[in-house]
Amino acid sequence: MRGFQYARPVTVGEAVALLDEYGPDARLLAGGTDLVIGFRDGSIRPKVVIDLKRISELRPSIEHTGESISISACAVMTDIVEHAGVREHFPALVEAAQVVGSVQIRNRATLAGNICNGSPAADTAPPLLVYDAMVAVSGPTGARRMPIDEFIVGPKRVALERGELVTAIELPIPDPPIGSAYTRLTRRWGTDLASITLCCGVDGAGVTRLAYGSVGPRAFLVVDESGILADPHMSDDAKAPLLDRMFAEATPSPRSMRASPEYRLAMLRVLGARALRTAIGRLPKGSTT
Amino acid sequence: MSDMLQIEVKVNGAQRLIDVAVHHTLLDVLRDDLELTGTKECCVVGECGACTVLVDGRAMNSCLMLAVEVDGSEVTTVEGLATDGRLSPLQEAFLDAGAAQCGFCISGQLMAAHALLSRIPHPTVEEVNEGLAGNLCRCAGYEQITQAVLMAAEGGDR
Repeated sequence: MRGFQYARPVTVGEAVALLDEYGPDARLLAGGTDLVIGFRDGSIRPKVVIDLKRISELRPSIEHTGESISISACAVMTDIVEHAGVREHFPALVEAAQVVGSVQIRNRATLAGNICNGSPAADTAPPLLVYDAMVAVSGPTGARRMPIDEFIVGPKRVALERGELVTAIELPIPDPPIGSAYTRLTRRWGTDLASITLCCGVDGAGVTRLAYGSVGPRAFLVVDESGILADPHMSDDAKAPLLDRMFAEATPSPRSMRASPEYRLAMLRVLGARALRTAIGRLPKGSTT
Repeated sequence: MSDMLQIEVKVNGAQRLIDVAVHHTLLDVLRDDLELTGTKECCVVGECGACTVLVDGRAMNSCLMLAVEVDGSEVTTVEGLATDGRLSPLQEAFLDAGAAQCGFCISGQLMAAHALLSRIPHPTVEEVNEGLAGNLCRCAGYEQITQAVLMAAEGGDR
């Protein structure tokens, strides 16, 4: 592995100053499960590695206020899977977090890192899109917040400017409650990147939110407000044409070694219908209008 | 900022002060600097689990962490499972079940299983499979490995 300088700031301000100074020559280290692989194979060659784990504001924590749950930048997948509030309000995020890598990876990999890494196959992107997550960012000009849909840009690209870092990901508690589910397609159980990631959320007013990844440059969010998809009494066949249109953004790569485009598109419909049924089944009783 | 750093780590119960190169992984330091070669280097991309150690009680891939990241932490390697020269009940169960074939993956399997049993003392087969999903065995001795973990759980604190 090539050498680099290692910095261990204790405040967000110090980290931001370093990031601003070194720009693309600096890399942020939280869990490191993607980063260290890049260091070793030479695809990532930073001059400075900035370890975020000594910054008290970013320490692993999940804060539950009345209206939202805030997940700090250094909180790992295991923290998320074990958190009662996240389990209660954001089951699809738990389902996504608990299939990332293996136990060893989930004990180390962070939610913020999963998003900032910018992989089109990131497991947690679809649930964060369905739940309308906000990304809290700090930088040289101060702090700002932006919707996850604007934050995710494309392969290995997120909407961070020079000197900026993610401090937390905030999830507004759905009001009224929604039913939601995450599912994915892999070649095998255990450590594998997904060929499809998909999350579905339905509310009692008939709005269906569907987000899917690993079938294009980024995870996409599409919304159906017709009430047809969310209708528990309508058959899968009746929903199929509309569901097909929801997947119009899918452009799976013919060069992927994981699955052919034809297979991904066919399975997208299967997974979509399945997640929709599960989400409708999870909608709290009495919340349908 | 520097390219060498002194870190303080408790390794298998003993407090150590070690000078490490900042770009060396925990796996490098365990094997090359501390000569704890029970922890194995294999895929070095976090897929096989041969390098699994416990950091503050949680199973992690030591190939995916820099050694400087464990400054102030407690690390347990496979060498730390035995006490006073006696194998742990989990290690005995691996021997009794014939779980080790070529043996290369076994240190990692033991550490993942140890972490699993600390969290879930009486796991189901599904929980064992999930707990060890990050540990590959190319001899494919999975039946015996699963059996060993269940036997150790059954034996409890023997």
